[in-house]
Amino acid sequence: MVLRVRSPKILSPAIIIALATTAVSLTGCAATDPMNALQPLGEVARMEVNLFNLIFAIAVVVFVFVEGLLIYAVVRYRQRPNDGMPHQTHGHTTLEIIWTVIPAAILIALAVPTVTTIASATAIPTGPDVINVKVVGHQWWWEFDYPGLGVVTSDELHIPTGARVELDVESADVIHSFWVPQLGGKVQAIPNQHNHSWIEADQAGTYHGQCYQLCGSSHANMRFIVVAQSKADFDKWVQDQKSVPAKPTDPEALKGYQIFTTNACVGCHTIEGTPAQAKIGPNLTHIGSHLTLAGATLQNNPNDLALWLHDPPGVKPGSIMPNLHLTNDQIQALSAYLESLK
Amino acid sequence: MATAERAVYAAQPSHPGSRHYGGIWSWVFTVDHKKIGILYGVTAFVFFMMGGLEALLVRSQLAVPNNTVVTGDAYNELFTMHATTMVFLALMPMSVAFFNIVVPLQIGARDVAFPRLNAFSYWVFLCGGLLINSSFIFGGAPDAGWFGYANLTELPYNHVTHGIDFWILGLQVLGVASMAGAFNFLVTIVNMRAPGMSFMRMPLFTWMTLVTSILLMLAFPVITVALIELMFDRFVGTNFFNPTAGADPILWQHFFWLFGHPEVYILILPAMGIVSDVLPTFSRKPLFGYPVVAYSGVAIGFMAWGVWAHHMFSTGLGPVADSVFSITTMLIAVPTGIKIFNWIGTMVGGSLRFSTPMLFAIGFIAMFVIGGLSGVMLASPPADWVENDTYFVVAHIHYVLFGGTMFGLFAGIYYWFPKVTGRMLDEKFGKIHFWLTMIGMNVTFFVQHMVGLDGMPRRIYTYPSGMGWDLPNLISTIGAFILAASVLVFLYNFASSVRWGTIAGNDPWDGRTLEWTIPSPPPEYNFKKIPIVHARDPFWEQKYPSAGGGHAIPAIAGAAHDAEESGEEEHIHIPDPSIYPFFAAVGFALTMAGLLVSSAPLTAGITTGIMIAPGASLPSWLSVVGLLTMLWGIYGWAFEPVSGY
Repeated sequence: MVLRVRSPKILSPAIIIALATTAVSLTGCAATDPMNALQPLGEVARMEVNLFNLIFAIAVVVFVFVEGLLIYAVVRYRQRPNDGMPHQTHGHTTLEIIWTVIPAAILIALAVPTVTTIASATAIPTGPDVINVKVVGHQWWWEFDYPGLGVVTSDELHIPTGARVELDVESADVIHSFWVPQLGGKVQAIPNQHNHSWIEADQAGTYHGQCYQLCGSSHANMRFIVVAQSKADFDKWVQDQKSVPAKPTDPEALKGYQIFTTNACVGCHTIEGTPAQAKIGPNLTHIGSHLTLAGATLQNNPNDLALWLHDPPGVKPGSIMPNLHLTNDQIQALSAYLESLK
Repeated sequence: MATAERAVYAAQPSHPGSRHYGGIWSWVFTVDHKKIGILYGVTAFVFFMMGGLEALLVRSQLAVPNNTVVTGDAYNELFTMHATTMVFLALMPMSVAFFNIVVPLQIGARDVAFPRLNAFSYWVFLCGGLLINSSFIFGGAPDAGWFGYANLTELPYNHVTHGIDFWILGLQVLGVASMAGAFNFLVTIVNMRAPGMSFMRMPLFTWMTLVTSILLMLAFPVITVALIELMFDRFVGTNFFNPTAGADPILWQHFFWLFGHPEVYILILPAMGIVSDVLPTFSRKPLFGYPVVAYSGVAIGFMAWGVWAHHMFSTGLGPVADSVFSITTMLIAVPTGIKIFNWIGTMVGGSLRFSTPMLFAIGFIAMFVIGGLSGVMLASPPADWVENDTYFVVAHIHYVLFGGTMFGLFAGIYYWFPKVTGRMLDEKFGKIHFWLTMIGMNVTFFVQHMVGLDGMPRRIYTYPSGMGWDLPNLISTIGAFILAASVLVFLYNFASSVRWGTIAGNDPWDGRTLEWTIPSPPPEYNFKKIPIVHARDPFWEQKYPSAGGGHAIPAIAGAAHDAEESGEEEHIHIPDPSIYPFFAAVGFALTMAGLLVSSAPLTAGITTGIMIAPGASLPSWLSVVGLLTMLWGIYGWAFEPVSGY
């Protein structure tokens, strides 16, 4: 049967749409986008993306085939002036069997790597070389505890490159979801439940993560970073995190220390070596060394810190840290103190 | 309304002992399935536009990073209401509009099995929709997503406004409407088919209505239980989902998705039914593989119950559960794919006319293939862990719900508008509407696949620049406004065609099924004489007996009785309109709404802030009024003299 194509009017807009959609969609994913999940940089992410790529490839083939059939039918069988009554075909049993069995076969074929990848991804690593981290989701920040190493920090997860990091994920309030797109490990943080996941980073660098389950007003602001570094650098970081900062000597920072320890701050935060031992908000003992602030929504620099201290709910709607109506002087002093906590 | 329609819908001449109401009251107290269908359709479309406005606000906020069109809390309310409105107040009721108008005509019946229950369903739906939307004025709309995961919905984390309480009660009210409708259509299809119309001779749309009705009946009790438990948690202080008391918030997810997954098949099957009727008409060929298409719909109905946890692959179900649900989800793609091949098979070898209903039906296939394939990509947990809770899922759902259901519903509107109004929708504007929708849909949602894989989470009111999400979001927003324009074109077409459209006649499309045998619009009694059906596509068989078109399948014994009786002079009996369904419905809704009002004594009046009185020992006055109204309505309904003419 010859395919007669005489530029039917229906086809030109269809071609335009197809081209436009393709063009538009190519804007989607630059390789350098920091949360590009199709750029896996760790073991877990890689096994997930490999399976994704396989399914995607099959989906593209099916798409081209089926849409192609559709376009063929539309072009070939459009009504022409001399058309008689078409043959009133009711069906074709063999065809029905073929297009039941082949898709089923393809899906069963996909089920095999699916099940094996599930097994690999959910096989939580154990052993002496594994770094264990307890992840606790709070509204709207992430707590990271290293029970084996005696480190408590927030919103910045340090891991050694090449090491498998086991994550024990829980929530202190509502359901959150922990994920670092380029490293993997997506799992919900559920109150009273310990969900286990793991990640591994091949190269040193900073990776971005976020909360992926609606958790209230500042769900959009509940971000975090993962810093992967050489084992030596990681060990040094651990040592620094375990150290207790001395009372500051710099006058401005000392003023900040005094403001901090005599105000509401101690009601929520911990700074080791000070009376502040509350566990409601993030542990600030080494906040000065962080790259980001406030659920990785702000950079750790004096400007952004001042922005935060001036009006936390203004930065993060619903923030449990209230607006304390601090004066500029107070903010400056506090900033000096907090930045000194390296 | 068109003159022809006015003539038919005008007050019927009164007969001794019968009731009739004029003007607007004929609509309020009608029990006629055609009028109720129109009420459903118009109301649903108004809600569709509200949901669309909510979407435009959402997309405006996301057009650029760090935007300030709406606050974060307002944004959460907007996307929650957008989804709740679209699913429960637009897509489902629009399908019900078609069940109402079309199914009795397709099976050769004069009305549904329970006309007053039908009216009751509509008024309950309207009241439920008003109840949920009234939250905007009374303190704030629900803001925990249309899926309302515990424990975000529990009092400790959601007590600033009562949006969630409106959501809980509103959905329960809507559930009653849905279930009442489902019972009605199930009984109608099983019992009221014309003589000779066996199940295998029913139009496919009626088949899908049957499967959808069963799904509705079984799925809504699940969400009702969940909502009642959440209601008790919030109103009375129980702890069904409170982790601090030892409960597992994941229980809510199981409940919701056990309902939610059959719900999405409830959303798609009617549209698939419409497409299965439209394609044969405009291809001049019967539906290819009719029995297979019908049975695959039934198979989907069964299998829908076994896949729910694919919405929960990130919750830590464990590798066994993950694997099982992955396999069941992949399997459900098989009957879906079968339908697509059969639809294409209908077109191959046919003589295709590209009128607007056909354009939307073909567009449905094209878009649903994309949505279905992204669904398969979500069915595999490791791949799902890359896609879940990102915009990839948003893209998937909109391809199946907009590109699928909405396209199918538009096909149905263009197809059956002539039957309902007696006039044709304008073809030129129809084509403009179609192409604008097609372009708008793809521009809005195709990039969302990409930006989701680029890591953009769902349900965030803003995002920082530097993630690579800026341009795709802007493009998506532009697409949303193109869609808005397409709706305006449709509205113009609808409004002008109702008044000035070309007169349609009985059979403007050279149709195949019984609804095209009667005048447009149909007389109140539908069929002067109940037809005797000898084949599938009975009208086609009548018109073109030599074509070998109508498939004469022997009717199974007991399919429809009284084949000989239909040869006689028929006494046409039409039920009278009734005031009681309306009042029963409003009374029920008020009873539920009243639970939101403080239990302060009557003299205090309504406070400006609606207050919950958990554990109140006195019911609120609004509930008392509502309950009395409802009981009066039910009593009157039950004891209303059997009349009609």
